[in-house]
This record gives sequence, C-alpha cells and structure tokens, in this order.
Amino acid sequence: MFLFIVFALIAIVAGLGVILSRKPVYSALFLLVNFATLAALYIMLQAQFLAAVQIIVYAGAIVVLILFVIMLIGGGELRDIRDPNKTLLRRLTAPRVTGAVLALLLLAAIGYGLITGTLNSASGSAAAFNNGSVQAIASVLYTDYVLPFELASVLLLVGMIGAVVLAKNE
Amino acid sequence: MDWINLILIPAIKSVILVVVLLTGFAYLTWVERKLIGRFQQRIGPNRAWKFGLGHPIADALKMIFKEETIPNYTDKILFALGPGLALAPSLLIFAVIPVGPTLRMFGKDIPFVVADVNIGLLWVLAVGGIGTYGTVLGGWASNNKYSLLGALRTSAQMLSYELPMGILIIALLLTTALGTADGSGTLNLVEIVRMDRPWWLWAWIWLAFPLYFICMLAETGRKPFDFPETENELVAGYQTEYGSIKFALYYMTEYLHVLGASGVAVSVFFGGWRGPFVEQFPGLGLLYFTIKLLAMVFLFIWASASVPRPRYDQLLKFCWTFLFPAALIYMAITAVGVVLL
Repeated sequence: MFLFIVFALIAIVAGLGVILSRKPVYSALFLLVNFATLAALYIMLQAQFLAAVQIIVYAGAIVVLILFVIMLIGGGELRDIRDPNKTLLRRLTAPRVTGAVLALLLLAAIGYGLITGTLNSASGSAAAFNNGSVQAIASVLYTDYVLPFELASVLLLVGMIGAVVLAKNE
Repeated sequence: MDWINLILIPAIKSVILVVVLLTGFAYLTWVERKLIGRFQQRIGPNRAWKFGLGHPIADALKMIFKEETIPNYTDKILFALGPGLALAPSLLIFAVIPVGPTLRMFGKDIPFVVADVNIGLLWVLAVGGIGTYGTVLGGWASNNKYSLLGALRTSAQMLSYELPMGILIIALLLTTALGTADGSGTLNLVEIVRMDRPWWLWAWIWLAFPLYFICMLAETGRKPFDFPETENELVAGYQTEYGSIKFALYYMTEYLHVLGASGVAVSVFFGGWRGPFVEQFPGLGLLYFTIKLLAMVFLFIWASASVPRPRYDQLLKFCWTFLFPAALIYMAITAVGVVLL
C-alpha cells in the first residue's frame, strides 16, 4: 500500500507536470515519468509482461517520437496562452471544449465504477491470472478477445499503409 | 534468511557485475585502439606500461580531473541529466543476461544472473529503448545545432532499427516453442540458454544473425553507423558540448552498449555460457561466456575498422526497404515452420 501511494503520487505530479510545463520537452519527460510509474504499478500487480510492454511501447517508442517531433519544430518555451483581453467564452476553443468534455466523461466513468464497485473487484486481478505471464495473456487474447485484437491490428495496419502512401506522394 | 536471498545476494551480484563491466569498458577501449591500430598497420597505444596497458587508467584519471564546464545557453538540468540517463540503462541490460550456470558457493546455489525474470528478452528491449533518452536529451539540452542534429539522428535511427531487431527477436522467440516440452515458448534468457536445440534449428537461427548484427551496429551507434556523432559532419554530434567526466560517461555508455548487445547476442544465438565439459565443471561456463563475448566484441571492432560509413538517408532507406521486409519474411517463415513442426 505504501509503495502504491508513493507511485500514485509520482504519477499524479508527473501528470500535472505534463500540462503545466512551459517547455514541451519537459512535458514529454513528465509524460515519460508518468508511463514509468504506471509500469511500476503493473509490476506491483504482478503483471510483469504488461509492465515490460508499457515501457517498450510508450517509453521506448512513443515518447521518443514525441520528442523527435518537438525537436524538429523547435522546443522553445511556450508563450503564455492566457490572453487577458479575451473573455472566458472566447477562450473556449473547440479543442479545449472537446478535451474538457472527454475528461469529465472519463472522471464520471471512473467515479461510477468506484461507487458501484465494479472497478475494485479482485476476481480479475493479475495474480489470479497466472502472474500475468505471456502464455496466460496470449491464450486469453487469442480466444476470448480475438475480434477486438484483430480489429486493433487492422487499425494499426491501416495507419502503417497510410504513412507509406503519404510518404510516397512527396 | 529471506532478505539474504532477496536483497543481499542480488546486491552483491550487481556490485560485482558493475565493477567488472566498468573495468571491462576501460580495457575495451584499449582492445579497440590496439586492434584498430593493427587493422591500420600501426602499433596502437604502447607508451604507458607494457603493451600500453596503462593507457585506460591514465585516460580515466585525465577525464576525472579535467575541469567540468557547463556552457551558457544550455538547459542546465537536462544537460546534467543526459549522461546519467544514458549510462544507467546500458548497465541495466546486463541484469538479465546469464553469464554462467548455477554454481554452488557457501552452501547455496547461486545462479550467475542478477535477475532471473520471465520477461528476460523484453527487459532487454525495454531498457534498450530507454537508453535513447540520454543521447537525445543531452543533444537537445546542449543548445547547439550539431548536437541537435546528432540527437535527431539518434532518435530516428534507434526507432527505425528497433523494428527489424524486435521482429527478429520475435522470430527467435517463436523457435523457443520447439525447445520446451509442452510446446510453449519462453522469454527467459536463462531458459533460452539452457535449451537443447537440434542442429537444423541452430542453422536457421544463425541465418538471422547477419541481419541481427546489422541492427546491433545501428542500435549501439557504432561505426559504420555512428551517425549520432559522425565526427566529420557534426563535430562530435550529441556530445559536442560535453567535457571531462560527462563526456566520459557518454563514452562509457557506447562501450557498455557494445558489451550488452554482445551479451544478448551470445545468449540468444550462440548458447551463452554453454560449451564442452560445462556440465562437469560449471566454472568453465564463465570462461566460455567471456570468450564468446570477446569474439562478438571483436566482430564489432572489425566492422568498424573495415566498412565505410554510408550516408544518413541511405541508412534509413536500408532499414525500411531491406532490413524490415527481410526480417518480416524471416519471421513469417519461422512462424509457419514452428506451426508445422
């Protein structure tokens, strides 16, 4: 429990750091810290495989890609976007409204799950799941969840082909 | 009793491993300079002590006692963080590599691996992926065009070559399904090394080694793929602004990457510590592992001395148009073979 609180606090602080940092590079690094603490939490749940994949995919590839883009467009300090001349209503641009609505929905869903108790049930814990071993995950993924799994891989394939097509046109 | 097994023994093993690795790094620089000298028909370092064996010590002392400067206009936090972020993962890779069989010492069975975890190879990929940050951040924080270019090249190069490397590793993991009794494979490097495989399977695995070796060269940023630092285009790339011990840490990282990559390759492709009579005399395992590791390191140095550096776009093109499809085909054939057998 003590370790969980430590990691959870780090994750929250890092999450705040992502949105509060003035420099995009620092935001990306806070995101990296956040992903790392998530991996640590997975390990505490005995889900070694999930933790490793979390690090490989998110820390090892996605944040590197984010950093790459930030460096390409120049990672200077951001200007203060709070324009005092605009009213509150004018500052509510479409991306911000979408973000706020999605955040509220997520919060509502988690709150609902916690209140009704569907989120904190122990039956689906990783320890009961053969220590989250690769074999256990694979057998579930290729039997019970084969349709979502294949759909996700098709989605990734489409993304890959799309990138190739975009690169070819130049 | 429990804390001896859980904390004390791994801690002692880690300390020994780190000391051996850092000494190994120091003498690896000597080996490389000597070998490169021979390849170029020179003698190589021979001033300090016999055969120039004192050179690494002299170099280390020089690096430590040099004045440490942090240029203005750098991002001070990340500038200082860079070398450490680069070095730590390169040491961590060795945690899952079995350097020898289980030995009986002080009335205990002590396996010669720091962490015998069931995600072994994934650990290598994860830690290897994190290793990029030290280079990328150091290059960016230097606030220098050459450093930034070096950092950008590093991130693109690492991301690209991780793909064929990962796919080759997947293919090799598929073959482990043929080695276990119940037909389910393993990710654990200790088990992979212990596995008995028929000769045709070894032949098929070795077929992937040239591809894997090219990926390793690119992932470790060694010549001929040393684009992060390309000294005749980018001064010294990401480490241009670094001096004294910080530079030494980056230097260390490069060699530790070579050692780590060699260790993984030896474990996956060449049976790790295994060799004749190792069942009777388990101590021989350490010797075999060292010999194989040095042979692999020799390959690295040989390639760096004899192959010219391509252009940067050629590097990425080679990866995406040849290496990646080749790795995919290799994996597909392996998958079909494993299913049929």
